[in-house]
Amino acid sequence: MSILIDDKTRLLVQGITGNEGSFHTQRCIECGTRVVAGITPGKGGSEILGLPIFNTVAGAIEKTRANASIIFVPAAFAADAIMEAADAGIPLVVCITEGIPVSDMVVVHNYLRGKQTRLIGPNCPGLISPGKCKVGIMAGAIHLPGNVGVVSRSGTLTYETVAQLTSLGIGQSTCIGIGGDPMPGSTFIDILKLFQEDKDTNLVVLIGEIGGTAEQEAANFIKEKMTKPVVAFVAGATAPPGRRMGHAGAIISGSSGTAQDKISALATAGAIIAPSPAEIGTTAKKVLGTLS
Amino acid sequence: MKIHEYQAKALLSEFGIPVPQGTVATTSAEAKKIAAELGGKVAIKAQVYAGGRGKAGGIKVANTPDEAKKLAGQILGTRLVTHQTTPEGVPVSKALVEQAINVERELYLSIIVATTNRMPVMMASEAGGMDIEEVARVSPEKILLEYIDPAAGFQAFQGRKLAYRMNLSLVQVEQATSLMKNLYKLFQDKDCSLAEINPLVITTDGELLALDAKLNFDDSALFRHSDIEQLHDVEQEDPLEARANELGIKNYIKMDGNIGCLVNGAGLAMAVMDLITQAGGRPANFLDIGTVNDVNRVVNAFKVFTTDPDVKAILVNIFGGLAKVDIIAQGIVEAHKQIDIHLPMVVRLAGTNVDEGKHILAESGIEFIEATDFYDAARKAVQAAKGEGN
Repeated sequence: MSILIDDKTRLLVQGITGNEGSFHTQRCIECGTRVVAGITPGKGGSEILGLPIFNTVAGAIEKTRANASIIFVPAAFAADAIMEAADAGIPLVVCITEGIPVSDMVVVHNYLRGKQTRLIGPNCPGLISPGKCKVGIMAGAIHLPGNVGVVSRSGTLTYETVAQLTSLGIGQSTCIGIGGDPMPGSTFIDILKLFQEDKDTNLVVLIGEIGGTAEQEAANFIKEKMTKPVVAFVAGATAPPGRRMGHAGAIISGSSGTAQDKISALATAGAIIAPSPAEIGTTAKKVLGTLS
Repeated sequence: MKIHEYQAKALLSEFGIPVPQGTVATTSAEAKKIAAELGGKVAIKAQVYAGGRGKAGGIKVANTPDEAKKLAGQILGTRLVTHQTTPEGVPVSKALVEQAINVERELYLSIIVATTNRMPVMMASEAGGMDIEEVARVSPEKILLEYIDPAAGFQAFQGRKLAYRMNLSLVQVEQATSLMKNLYKLFQDKDCSLAEINPLVITTDGELLALDAKLNFDDSALFRHSDIEQLHDVEQEDPLEARANELGIKNYIKMDGNIGCLVNGAGLAMAVMDLITQAGGRPANFLDIGTVNDVNRVVNAFKVFTTDPDVKAILVNIFGGLAKVDIIAQGIVEAHKQIDIHLPMVVRLAGTNVDEGKHILAESGIEFIEATDFYDAARKAVQAAKGEGN
């Protein structure tokens, strides 16, 4: 098993005709994803990569029974695209786009309240259930099917982590990047809950970074609800306070934003802390060794 | 993005929020003229992006136009060092000269987006004029919160709730409510990330006035606010950061070490900095090259490295996802064609189109130290920066 996506996923691509959209659609298909259609307003009725293009998400759903969507729409129009997918009743929406204005996301989050749609991202690499389905932009080849769940605020640091796991022969159930924005659609807690319930996930790797309090909230959840072991790493121990380190969410303001505070919270909650980003894989391997 | 106090006050005024009368001066003669026009006592305030001006001597009070000229002369053209700046401080090229205000009470008012609730929040406090983070730490009960429904906007009843709890008089409650509604309108219309009035004073005449103000803007929304974007004062930035920004490298922060880092992804860039430190070195910068596949951006990153006299070695660590490794490799090759680079360079490549990328580098004949993973890269870069081979 895996969480959120598997061989039953039927994917729509919003913004399929753009460079990134078409490139990564092709890569998703190569990873086994069943992509059923693309959306580009004004290009409905034509085709790309042998897939039908629709003008609206609602129109595409009717014809394709899609149950997930990935968004490559430019930042200025991405909030609209997320809400269009939610309006059409798509249960899983993954937004890759980075740089969406915060006020647009406030409107999106308000719109999503009470709706069934789960949003992953924005400003994220998406997710992959290796061997089954990829709804994201990560290189499929570094992954290996298995029983470790990975959840992270960072895209490329997730790739590093996965590469370490795979090189040690440790496969993954699902790997999710929740995104570097201060208000992600899905939080660490949302994903930890799903991994805790997934019978084929034995261990979870959590990659945090400086800024905000998401790691502390995750720590509370781990302490109270998780029975599965969690291996954690927090990036940015050497980052200076008051400076935004690329991600809109990665800024140390107040002591709760520091890597040290997050690491202490996670360690106190029972997570096993990887001492360096180069030792996330080996730490996971050690913990897995104690399970069997 | 930050702007100066005088610019923030102009925006507040545009949105119907009362501010003291004043004008910005760039010379002491101008300061004298403004003081004479205002009449009476004036405050002369250094215009810098950093906080903590008062304690650092950046705010002075003059009783006469001649004194205003003298005091402005002491501020203008100097560098102000506050607890928020580097030891070198920030340049003061402008001073706001405004009427001195007789203050009865100092309140605090601000709006930010509360990330946990995913909606804007109006924060108010009777403990104005102080460092609000300190107030929040020591006595959190003194900070009043009203969350703002994004669909409904800020409502009058919310203003009344806050105003009555701050023990304002009946007339002031009405004034404060309207001021709060206007501040929210400004926050919304201009895509602010912070709209702060501290202190919001009640004058001895019983009027509300924004005595100091800070407006920060959401960088991601600047594309729809060219009026705000042009207010940016490059002079207040680190010169290398300004240069990087000018070259389109938005996610660059100068650090105190000697290893120039070019990494894709903010989390990975921070992890690489952590690894360099662990390996006994120090990064010269944080740089997330981002995901736009643009050869020129890579070339420009190298231009920043060669401008930075601290950089003794370059570390390139790319794990391609949306960013394609072959394009980064083309960028590295192009950079070596365009710029004279005499720095040792450690390169670690992985991810999307990695084989094509490695091929491009190998064919180019450029000298570089290849690394197998990111710890290996950090270790080799630390050695290279020390002038040691492998």
